[in-house]
Amino acid sequence: MPVTDKVPVHLLVNGEAYEVMVPPYKTLLEVLREDLGLTGTKHGCELGECSMCGVLVDGKPYLSCLAMPLDLQQAEISTVEGLANGNEPHPLQRAFAELGAAQCGYCTPAMLLTAKSLLDSNPRPSREAIRQALAGVLCRCTGYLKIFEAVELAAARSSTSPPAAHV
Amino acid sequence: MDPILVLRLPRLRYVQARTVEEAAAIVGSDGGRAMLIAGGTDLLPNLKRRQFDVATLVSLRGIPGWDAITGDPQAGMSLSAGATLDQVARHPAVLSGYRALAQAAGLVSTPQIRYMGTLGGNLMVDPRCNYYNQTFAWRKAVGFCLKKDGDICLVARSSPRCWAVSSSDTAPVAVAFAASVVLQGMAGTRRVRAAELYRDDGIDYTTRKRDEVITSVEFPAARTTTSAYWKLRRRGSFDFPIVGAAVVIWWEDGVVRDARGALSAVGSHPVDISSYLSSLRGVHPDERLIAELAAAADKPARPLDNTDLSHYWRKRMTRVFIERALRDAAGLDPQAGLLTAQLKS
Amino acid sequence: MSDELSIVGQSLVKPDAMGKVSGQTKFADDLMLPRMLFGRLLRSPYPHARIRRIDTSKATAIPGVLAVLTGEDLPVKFGILPVSQDEEALAREKVRYVGDPVAAVAATDEWIADEAIDRIEVEFEELPRYMSLEEALADGGGEPIHGRTNVHKAVALEFGDTEEAISGAAHQREDIVFFEGNTHLPMEQHAAVAQYGQDGRLTLWSSTQTPHYVHRALGKVLEMPMSRIRVIATPNGGGFGGKSDIFAHELVAAKLALVTGRPVKITLTREEVFYAHRGRHPVLMKVRTGFTKEGVITGMQFQSFLDGGGYGSYGVASTYYTGALQTTTYAIPRYRFEGARLFTNKPPCGPKRGHGTPQPRFALEVHLDKVAEELGIDPVNLRLRNLPEPDSRTVNWLRITSCGLRACIEKVAAESRFLEQRRAMPAGRGLGFAVSSYLSGAGTAIYWNEMPHSEVQLKVDRGGGVALLCGAIDIGQGSDHILAAIAAEVLGVSLDDIQLTTADTDLTPIDLGSYSSRVTFMAGNAARAAAEKVRAILFEAAAEALQCDPDDLQARDRRVFRRARPEDGMTFAQAVVAAEAKRGVVAASGSYTPPRIAGPYKGSGVGPSPAYSYSAAVVEVDCDARTGEVRVPQVWIAHDIGRAINPMLVVGQVEGSVYMALGEALMEEQTFRLGLHKFPSMLEYKSPTALEAPVIHTYLVETIDPEGPFGAKEAGQGPLLPVIPAVANAVYNAIGVRIDEIPITPDRVLKALAEKAKGRLPRVGPRRVPAFAFPALIQVERPPEWTQS
Ligand SMILES: Cc1cc2nc3c(=O)[nH]c(=O)nc-3n(C[C@H](O)[C@H](O)[C@H](O)COP(=O)(O)OP(=O)(O)OC[C@H]3O[C@@H](n4cnc5c(N)ncnc54)[C@H](O)[C@@H]3O)c2cc1C
Ligand code: SF4
Ligand code: FES
Ligand code: FES
Repeated sequence: MPVTDKVPVHLLVNGEAYEVMVPPYKTLLEVLREDLGLTGTKHGCELGECSMCGVLVDGKPYLSCLAMPLDLQQAEISTVEGLANGNEPHPLQRAFAELGAAQCGYCTPAMLLTAKSLLDSNPRPSREAIRQALAGVLCRCTGYLKIFEAVELAAARSSTSPPAAHV
Repeated sequence: MDPILVLRLPRLRYVQARTVEEAAAIVGSDGGRAMLIAGGTDLLPNLKRRQFDVATLVSLRGIPGWDAITGDPQAGMSLSAGATLDQVARHPAVLSGYRALAQAAGLVSTPQIRYMGTLGGNLMVDPRCNYYNQTFAWRKAVGFCLKKDGDICLVARSSPRCWAVSSSDTAPVAVAFAASVVLQGMAGTRRVRAAELYRDDGIDYTTRKRDEVITSVEFPAARTTTSAYWKLRRRGSFDFPIVGAAVVIWWEDGVVRDARGALSAVGSHPVDISSYLSSLRGVHPDERLIAELAAAADKPARPLDNTDLSHYWRKRMTRVFIERALRDAAGLDPQAGLLTAQLKS
Repeated sequence: MSDELSIVGQSLVKPDAMGKVSGQTKFADDLMLPRMLFGRLLRSPYPHARIRRIDTSKATAIPGVLAVLTGEDLPVKFGILPVSQDEEALAREKVRYVGDPVAAVAATDEWIADEAIDRIEVEFEELPRYMSLEEALADGGGEPIHGRTNVHKAVALEFGDTEEAISGAAHQREDIVFFEGNTHLPMEQHAAVAQYGQDGRLTLWSSTQTPHYVHRALGKVLEMPMSRIRVIATPNGGGFGGKSDIFAHELVAAKLALVTGRPVKITLTREEVFYAHRGRHPVLMKVRTGFTKEGVITGMQFQSFLDGGGYGSYGVASTYYTGALQTTTYAIPRYRFEGARLFTNKPPCGPKRGHGTPQPRFALEVHLDKVAEELGIDPVNLRLRNLPEPDSRTVNWLRITSCGLRACIEKVAAESRFLEQRRAMPAGRGLGFAVSSYLSGAGTAIYWNEMPHSEVQLKVDRGGGVALLCGAIDIGQGSDHILAAIAAEVLGVSLDDIQLTTADTDLTPIDLGSYSSRVTFMAGNAARAAAEKVRAILFEAAAEALQCDPDDLQARDRRVFRRARPEDGMTFAQAVVAAEAKRGVVAASGSYTPPRIAGPYKGSGVGPSPAYSYSAAVVEVDCDARTGEVRVPQVWIAHDIGRAINPMLVVGQVEGSVYMALGEALMEEQTFRLGLHKFPSMLEYKSPTALEAPVIHTYLVETIDPEGPFGAKEAGQGPLLPVIPAVANAVYNAIGVRIDEIPITPDRVLKALAEKAKGRLPRVGPRRVPAFAFPALIQVERPPEWTQS
């Protein structure tokens, strides 16, 4: 492979600026895992069919397997590695651990980020809103219930308002 | 190079267009080996499976104003091609005046894909077929088909044409609303009715010229309009439609002035069923009339055995979904209709 | 201070939880080693073909390609079962399914590896293919897939004269049903990384549920002493049985590392995971049973036909499993089982959650539902009249110890108000009921030996830390927690004092693997034994210091103290120091060997388990008679867990099982067209999403098994079993049609409704089983308890 097909890419990931030389046809997933060493972002299909590769781009859930790094140079990218505040786990991380919402843990990074995006815009979501928001991330282990409960627990702990009755 | 199983993108050039003109110029001059990319959610999986031979991708994401939504139902709305499906689904003016559009956009795949995918990309989704949306290795094993690298259609072996399925959720809504699509190419800008954007062919599915970029979709004023989109699929998310029914009713003095409809996933283009709805004009439809019309309106639907579930069932479900959409648009309980997909006994 | 348990029984945070929620857990594909190469496999495009010629020269010539392998480089055959050594890492003479690996490359990046794969030229000669049971059995079909016939295994056993028992019974019924194949779909694709050092040692990291078996196979296939091979199982991103075989990519990655001297990684794509498969067998079944007019079973005959795919894999065991557990769920006085597994040109089937038992469970529970109606007995009562007794032996010699089936049945029936509600459901809604049992670990190992099935080593350090080493691998089921909780309970320390090292063949003693629901029971018992030995050492030293009898001591809350006078004691760390001063390293090991309980017949090794779990479920369905669509709003399930070591994790296993069962019941299927998998993708293989998730009411029934660790039994597989037939029974309750075929898709429902409207039998399903000459029945003498009846 000609080395010359690499291009410089600037990315802001978890608040940290990175500059890497990568071929322009590498996806964000590949760059995060292989070039930045951020292997917390997983993959299950690489075709948009599972959302294991979920990250946040400007706070919104994105599929890193279908995102092109060159287009994201102005964006803020968040991965699971950036969820905790130093050594202090994010309330969602704590709730997932406490309620057994991570069984094998493989869908967990994407679930957490997707849930974070939800709570950032809707701090006390109803069960239905949680289901809708998480409908794009498959989990093969849990049957989803413990995940819903963990999101509710995290929401309850970080907010004083009661859960919404509707979406 | 014919890759086998790996799901890496092919080696290609990635150009970020700053203007529509620039994008049009590149795709128009690259000998057919350049493609536009917006959200990439349709294109990139297809490219990873090597469904196209592409040397250059031209990204539209950096074009200023690319995701603007303007206007209102009173005057009509203009949605930039780069508006994301999520934006479309949540936009208050779209929700109030063009409910079917918001529904269709909101029913596409997953929240993730709706944040990334655009309206323009959605209108241009490459028609699908479960002999075609497969990796290179799979297609090689089964024997390539007409649509890529082969010379027969595996679904209809004696057919000279490709029956890949138009699978966009928003396309039938645009057709039903008689929206206009604005295209800008090297030679200038033109405007076509949504229905005219499509050709009934699984390969050559669009009248868009190679150098043309869809810049916006214009929805006509919708002051007295109700509309609905009903989508059939196996799961509540991820899945493409295996039948989609879009219906728009224009009301006047409590009766129907005009009604239009279009179907997705039952042909290689959005199938216009408006002619089957003409007897709604001038009446306030009751559920018997709706059922009668819906039962006839599935006629042009031609599902084949190239999507999820059996095509017989999909065919029989088509009228049920047309009925649901009509009832929904007419203010009746959508699921309490008179039609069934049951086999005739 | 009481003797109450302080950790066992608590819903504590499991030790691997924080790693998982932080993204720090390293799965196999997350390993990136310096100078690592990417390996890829060339797979067969033909379902059945002879390999005429392979030319790798063009691939080898590409810059960046460091090795190319073909079958000749790995000629030794292997297979997970000693009786089925029929696989090759790379096929040499023949390929047997689309996806069968043929050649492999290692290159500096994936693009180059891919290009190299494409440049390998293989000349195939296509052979006639066998894509179904019927085709596999058809005469004159040409060359069989293996050997001289496509029949891989056929068994016929009889325990007592069933013909007499059935034909003489007041009521008889026969049913024929089909269960389509499906797959595990773990979210993590299989991956393996191999490294070979100049010191002549090979290390393989792999997302495997069975590192020990992979270790053995590597030794065999690479013809290398096992002592120079180290296998480390990485945490599995889901397994469900799909990672419990030996896979070509593991052997190939190792060989590529040997050849190149550089680390090599092979990660399967999702499509390749569908080809690796080893999932649920498609099974066609016939069940015939006799009943007294009170509904008591007099005898049963069960036939199963398994569509095995291209290789043996676990198939011999799967075949027996389709006939083994009928008798642990119901007291069946006479029983006949005939089973046949056929080779077909599809990816090999193997064990998926419930291994070989969900299919017969579906057959049996639907069959009983029909019988209940015919006899005018309600479905709950019919089951209650046929329950197995605790501490009994089944007619096929399986030993039942604890049995909470009655309690499970009563619990779900009461909570769902099944008997009242099933007559009072609104149109389209219905309730269905079914029960099941499952093993807490297979009583026999995959290869015959007299060694333990699980071993644990424990070492305590001066700071009070406890190092626990065990071969078990956590695949999400919570095995790390079980090990830590049991050790912490026995030693009276906290969970965070336990430092786990698992699934590393260099460091950890054996655990046979995370399959067969065996880890809690077996590794748990081994951990308990090891911890009790260490505790005895500590008590001995502490007793000396406290001048009391070691028997008077208790360990709890990180202290060792006199039970009668808790203030009289020392810290755990002080006890360690005292013991170490007295006798050096404080360490011990524990192991577990299941009791030998196999019956006096060939095939009796499949089915025995030291204990059986029991479950009962009620499923509510909502059927749309206009469209045939079926949804499940609610499930009630009770599970006899023996004892819940961590109730939260048990409930998690139950919920996950219910979820997986619903996918199988309603939408998941592995189907083939034109000789290959119809849709090897996550989009078209329908795994239910958060929007399909029903409300699940889970009830744990504790029976405190006499041999389980603290009384525990299994939870990972059993709760899946009753849910599938309960869905089918609920559909019948809702709209009066019988879908005797899994999955229950809308078109099948509509077809049955049409039959109903025509006044015909409202049913969709198979009508016959193939004419097949089973071997002569082996008549097995029944255990003494049964010979009177
Ligand atoms: C798992 C999965 C499920 C999906 N489910 C659905 C579904 O349920 N319903 C549905 O409708 N779609 C579905 N999609 C397809 C796709 O995600 C959406 O249609 C999306 O809206 C496409 O938009 P995009 O911006 O990502 O398009 P891209 O992938 O960027 O482009 C798609 C095509 O449109 C062309 N194009 C894009 N923008 C323009 C433009 N402005 N002018 C001219 N041509 C343009 C591209 O060249 C390309 O040919 C699914 C995709 C996946 C991976
Ligand atoms: S419809 Fe026929 S030609 Fe078109 S993609 Fe499918 S198989 Fe190929
Ligand atoms: S890896 Fe499956 S959606 Fe990205
Ligand atoms: S926890 Fe295993 S996939 Fe979700």
